[in-house]
Amino acid sequence: MGTDTVDGFAAALSTADVDCTRTTAADFEAVLDDVVDAPAVGTPLGIDGVSLDDTIVELPPTPRLLDEAETGVTRVHAGIVEYGTFVVQADEAGTEPVSLYPRTHVGVVRASDLYEDVRSVASWLGDEFAAGRDSAVLATGASATADMGELVTGVHGPQTVHAVVLTDR
Amino acid sequence: MSRRQKADRIRHLLATEGDAVFENTTHVNAGRLEANSHRDDIEELRSEARRIKEDAIERLPELVETVRESVEANGGTVYVADDAADANRYITDVVEDRGADAVAKSKSMTSEEIDVNEALEAVGVEVCETDLGEFVIQVADEAPSHLVGPAFHKSTGEIATLFNEQFDPDVPLETATDLTQFARDHVGEQIRDADVGMTGANFVFADSGTIALVTNEGNARKCAVTPDTHVAVAGVEKLIPSVAEFPPFAELIARAAGGQDIATYLSLLSPPVDSPVVDFEKPDEPLDGATDNREFHLVLLDNGRTEMREDEDLRETLYCIRCGACANSCANFQHVGGHAFGGETYTGGIATGWEAGVHGMDRAAEFNDLCTGCSRCVNACPVKIDIPWINTVVRDRLNRGTDQEFDWLVEGLTPDADPGGVDVQKRLFGNFGTLARLGSATAPVSNWLADWGPSRAFLDRVAGVDRRRDLPEFQRETLRDWFASREPLDTAGDADREVVLYPDAYTNYVLVDRGKAAVRTLEALGVDVAVASCHESGRAPLSQGMIATARRNARRVADSLDPYLDDGRDVVVVEPSDLAAFRDEYERLLPANRAERLAEHSYEVLEYVYGLLENGADADALAGGGDVAYHSHCQQRTLGLDVYTEAVLERVGYDVVTSDVECCGMAGSFGYKSQYYELAVDVGGTLRDQFEAEETADREVVASGASCQEQLAGLLARGNRHPVELLAPE
Ligand code: SF4
Repeated sequence: MGTDTVDGFAAALSTADVDCTRTTAADFEAVLDDVVDAPAVGTPLGIDGVSLDDTIVELPPTPRLLDEAETGVTRVHAGIVEYGTFVVQADEAGTEPVSLYPRTHVGVVRASDLYEDVRSVASWLGDEFAAGRDSAVLATGASATADMGELVTGVHGPQTVHAVVLTDR
Repeated sequence: MSRRQKADRIRHLLATEGDAVFENTTHVNAGRLEANSHRDDIEELRSEARRIKEDAIERLPELVETVRESVEANGGTVYVADDAADANRYITDVVEDRGADAVAKSKSMTSEEIDVNEALEAVGVEVCETDLGEFVIQVADEAPSHLVGPAFHKSTGEIATLFNEQFDPDVPLETATDLTQFARDHVGEQIRDADVGMTGANFVFADSGTIALVTNEGNARKCAVTPDTHVAVAGVEKLIPSVAEFPPFAELIARAAGGQDIATYLSLLSPPVDSPVVDFEKPDEPLDGATDNREFHLVLLDNGRTEMREDEDLRETLYCIRCGACANSCANFQHVGGHAFGGETYTGGIATGWEAGVHGMDRAAEFNDLCTGCSRCVNACPVKIDIPWINTVVRDRLNRGTDQEFDWLVEGLTPDADPGGVDVQKRLFGNFGTLARLGSATAPVSNWLADWGPSRAFLDRVAGVDRRRDLPEFQRETLRDWFASREPLDTAGDADREVVLYPDAYTNYVLVDRGKAAVRTLEALGVDVAVASCHESGRAPLSQGMIATARRNARRVADSLDPYLDDGRDVVVVEPSDLAAFRDEYERLLPANRAERLAEHSYEVLEYVYGLLENGADADALAGGGDVAYHSHCQQRTLGLDVYTEAVLERVGYDVVTSDVECCGMAGSFGYKSQYYELAVDVGGTLRDQFEAEETADREVVASGASCQEQLAGLLARGNRHPVELLAPE
């Protein structure tokens, strides 16, 4: 994946009011500690060469952590460049609730997992479904509602979303 | 409901809910148009989405079997419920088996359709609505007024008053942010405490047993994954084959619903999901993937849908993805909202189809007449449903009085004359052509008589023609008389083009000047003009749901125009709604080849003039110059024809400002009807405001439609003309 793709992703993220930090595997831990507000909860990222173990992020998640953490850190399994969308797959470690409950969601995505548009991500999802990983959320920006007469963010979901893109992965 | 009761109810809603609905729909429509403009493939996406739904409904029984297998393979259960009672019985059993006493529920129209909350509450289970709009409605103990925004009819101030009264918070709530915070916390607690989560499903992928939830708030996800038991309730029509069919819907639904490029959350869950259950009663126990106790039930609701599927005309309703765009694009809905425009569950344009199918004709009858057939929803619908036609069909069936619930499903539309049961008001407006012929023959006496107090009172009482509305003034000399007694202009025939002008009753008997102007304009551009005999196009009876009469009209029109078509003449139409009938409705009223030929060779008059000018006709032959305020016509806009009028007027030196309201509010006979008069005037008020604004107040007003002209005449102090009257040489 070239810089163009990451640029496009970052541009779409910013339209969706999502900040984007680019880093490499080597710098990941330092960058993460900057980006994350404690207390923070997370699930294992499953990405070669990066880990949450030596960061301020606590694992494994508990209901109390979900409730009290300021930030939830998870892997983002794929991204849609066109809209700045996170594709988060559900797993037994609790990636789905960790991405949903805390006020801020920090999603860690490999540049190589970025897809141009909905169609290409759907075809990737088709393969994932076939392999049994058949639950995922396509999340774009912060949770929002206009039900009270104007747009308000952070309703039953994160109010702030932050992307960390691993440009060398 | 009597006409007077109907009028009272509409007046009440205009006063109480109208403003909030207007503000919300205006906002959402602007968003939809803006979001659609970001992509140039919306039309292809719509066609693709429609194809997928057509195919899925066709294959429905097979998809039900597929999803049963896939959900069971995942470890869940599928239950196909025949009707609301059946679904509720199943759901309450599941909830009771789990020993649950609290259910957290995310927004779902299908669960509204079965009234599951009442069923659960009856067995002592508390149900909490977690979508904030639904929550407002639940607190207010009201019914949703919109498919997407249930509390669309409430302003921030009203919600604040409601919450402050109900919950008596320490610091009174004021702003939207206060209210959202409060509701979020309140509802958040309920989700944590719930034993069962209930959701709907926007789509169900048969292949993998996946339910797709499209939301902006995170509540649906929380309801689905937090408690150990998840019940999803969906109409059987929500099935599509697999995730491969999802992209067009993902791209369309949020655009159509609220003007977002994509919804915040598109959750694709194949439950029971792998996510660990979050048990807040054991706060320090790690979420460790012990998901074995998760339980999932997919309840697929039939409730009349199988019969809708068998019904030629109602089947399309099943393609609906419940985005609400039809409601938002509807001028009447914008002013009066979903509480006037809906039945037991569904509201807005497509509500007639849904209510007729799931609750029966009676429920659809109450609001069906509010559809004026303006057709503005047709282009808004992401799956290209012909909503006005569904409304027409239901109206026709209501006229026929087949109130045994499912008779109409098999009876269909038999092409006999419309039955005696059609009420006087519908008969009067459905046969405007006859009325106009008589009126013209006896003018001016007929006009005096029509204006005379006692006869107005009689018309009001018997036919519900509102006394406050000026009636059309019939001309003694008809367009055809005038045409027969004159010589063509010298230029006629120079261009080698021959047309036949189709005059409807308005053009022939009432707004004769626009017909004359059309003839002179065409002749000035070198066209040889003939004028066909005046037969009603069928638009008027169609709008009253008198399909048999419309079919008879259509045959007469085709009979009278066929010889001209045989001679190679093009058909030119002055009234846009007639052209809409030729192009869109005749295919349902005439044999395909006849309908096709007529549609292919018919043009709106300014569209034709545009074509002539593009092909070298001399624009100098036309009158020109001046500032005009132009109101196009709803069906004309749906057909994309308004641009020709603008282009021609500009070409000959007019400066044009065009109104952007969906409909003038008159909509054929709608504005004459005493039960709807005030709504028609209220809708027209938006147009009046545009034409009385500083920029337009001094411009000459032109309008393409006869009823738009009548409405504008009633609304504005200055008069108005048809655009072709601006072009005709002296
Ligand atoms: S009929 Fe079309 S526009 Fe109306 S709610 Fe259904 S999908 Fe949306």
